[in-house]
Amino acid sequence: MNPHASEPLLHAVKVTKRFGGLIAVNEVDFTIPEGAIVSLIGPNGAGKTTLFNIIAGIYDPTLGEIDFKGQRMVARPENVRRATILWFAPGMILAAAAFLAYQVTGSQLVGALGGLIAIAGLVIMLLAGVARPLWYGRLLGRIGVFLSARPNDMVVAGIGRTFQNIRLFQNMTALENVLVGMHSKLRANWVHAIIDSRLAPMATNEERAAAARAEELLTLVGLPGKGHELAKNLPYGDQRRLEIARAMGADPALLLLDEPTAGMNPRETSEVIALIARLRRDLGLTILLIEHDMRVVMSVSDRVSVLDHGEMIAEGTPDEVRRNPRVIEAYLGAPAV
Amino acid sequence: MTISAKDLLELLRYPAAAFVVALVYAPVREFLRRHRSTAIFLGVTAAASLLPFIVTLPVLNEFERQNVWLDGFSNAGVFVLLAVGLNIVVGLAGLLDLGYAAFFAIGAYTYAFGASPFSGNHFPFLLMVAAGAIVAATFGVLLGAPTLRLRGDYLAIVTLGFGEIVPIVFLNADQFTEGTNGIGGIYKPDLPLLESFSLLNPWPFYLVMALMIIVVLILVYKLERSRLGRSWMAVREDELAAAASGINTVVTKLLAFSLGASTSGFAGVFNAAKLTLVSPDQFLFTVSFTVLAAIVLGGMGNIWGVAMGAFILYTIQVVLLHELNTFFDNFHLPHPNFVEYQYLLFGLALVVMMLLRPEGLFPSQRRKRELHAAEELGDDAELPGADELGGVDPSSSEVRL
Repeated sequence: MNPHASEPLLHAVKVTKRFGGLIAVNEVDFTIPEGAIVSLIGPNGAGKTTLFNIIAGIYDPTLGEIDFKGQRMVARPENVRRATILWFAPGMILAAAAFLAYQVTGSQLVGALGGLIAIAGLVIMLLAGVARPLWYGRLLGRIGVFLSARPNDMVVAGIGRTFQNIRLFQNMTALENVLVGMHSKLRANWVHAIIDSRLAPMATNEERAAAARAEELLTLVGLPGKGHELAKNLPYGDQRRLEIARAMGADPALLLLDEPTAGMNPRETSEVIALIARLRRDLGLTILLIEHDMRVVMSVSDRVSVLDHGEMIAEGTPDEVRRNPRVIEAYLGAPAV
Repeated sequence: MTISAKDLLELLRYPAAAFVVALVYAPVREFLRRHRSTAIFLGVTAAASLLPFIVTLPVLNEFERQNVWLDGFSNAGVFVLLAVGLNIVVGLAGLLDLGYAAFFAIGAYTYAFGASPFSGNHFPFLLMVAAGAIVAATFGVLLGAPTLRLRGDYLAIVTLGFGEIVPIVFLNADQFTEGTNGIGGIYKPDLPLLESFSLLNPWPFYLVMALMIIVVLILVYKLERSRLGRSWMAVREDELAAAASGINTVVTKLLAFSLGASTSGFAGVFNAAKLTLVSPDQFLFTVSFTVLAAIVLGGMGNIWGVAMGAFILYTIQVVLLHELNTFFDNFHLPHPNFVEYQYLLFGLALVVMMLLRPEGLFPSQRRKRELHAAEELGDDAELPGADELGGVDPSSSEVRL
């Protein structure tokens, strides 16, 4: 994807997030090189999950921006008011055209039809403003409007994530959970679904292929044959794996894992470490990890970044970070003088 | 009447019969499971062909003549369509919509504008069916767009308001709608093969209604099983996780609103053509409420369930309560007017349902598992605590019907 090997996959510049008076993340500069496993550590309340949510498009940052694959994805919105032009201009132009056509032809039918088309144009543009499909985003770019990407835009761009507290679709099967994860890769829309039949089996074929792929993903994370279990009936460790499989559904380039080993016993933890290493080795994924378990962090990470009180206090290889006095201070407190 | 195990054993004494049943049952069941569209077609056709005969049987034929029954069934069909449409919004996408009657009204008035002496237009029925569905869908989207951030109770309140506004607009815009009187003398449908639509002959309406139900059921079934149906379910389960899985939740919810509304518009056109009159008082809150009660009673999320629920509820409302009155009158017993107390009875029925069988009379497999798994576990696994939301938007905690 990236022509310049030196350019990082994800690049955060001076990202700041304030919640009222609380500065959760303060001017954090942060890069994730392509193909690396980067860990984000820090004491509780350091702003790790907030930074994570900003990268995933859930929060807009107060300041700063995040580039992914060399493209600016998340930042403060710019020139938002200019978008109103886009909402109303096509409808206005169509209405003017309809009026002209009515004047020229003198036919009421032409006038009425033109009016309907103008109203349709207005409604479509207003809806596009709400739903923000891809073409609308491109149009916005043309007139210099920037809107921060939403979570689903980030998934389409190639960032998958899991949640700190498991957020599976509890009452859907494991297979359906993964299929939802593959949503952005599938094309069949509601019209395809309606006309789907033996004569035009586009949706059926796609669903069949998707189900096969979902089974593969389940096998990859170590849940072969569990596709028809309800997500909530799976054991805790399996639910964590299922979340990873769901995030893998969209074929992400960057996988964000929020405490993937939280609450696991040592054996499960080492299995997850092996899984993470395998994802990178076999699929070439770049992985950003939030983790409290230092055994996991030190064994899989290429680089470790340490956040404390919203500020990035150290960055480097696991060994460098382990010896960094500021990190020791953040975790253990300053030595008594 | 129930069939006991003994009766079944009795049946087994006829080896030939048992053999045939065993031979046919499994393949037929398997065939119907695989070809659901065919199953829907066969099921509705069978029901529609049996009903006219059933009502001529003793007991039922004493209530009313066959024609009156069929007329009632066509009206019940309208409720079935409404319930199936509302089921998309409430049952599948989990958006509590209390103003559903508004789209019904919009569909009906669309037909009234398209085919009545009042407007001076007379467009063909089939064209108007499509137009009614499209106009209602457009209003569904227009209602949906500003309410996207709301969920649960708040969404219910806004949709309730919309449901109240629409009839009031039709009431007050009397220059265009004749206000309280409504638009009368609406043209009957003109369909090939079915010539004589009239008040005296209920058959054409009955057949058209059966056809419409088949079409809508098949379409909704296909939607439910599609990628879109899955994303509705995901949004219902956990909206934030759905967005983080790549679902455009805005589009998904708008499609639920508009497809649900279009079904309602469809029903509205039929209703207007059948009654030949539209007036604002046909679309009051009680309609929205009754349809919602029907899908809760029938089994939310299951197409067959909600269709049956609507049919049963309508039959109770229109036939049973009247007959109860007549019954008590015949024996000169003092009694309340049951028809007046229908909503009290519905309320009681809903409370009893929630206590005894919260998944409805004919639940979907999924909802059954959902509601009874918690029972088996014996804990409150269904209730996410505030701490589980961990660092993300607290407004996304789910409020589910």
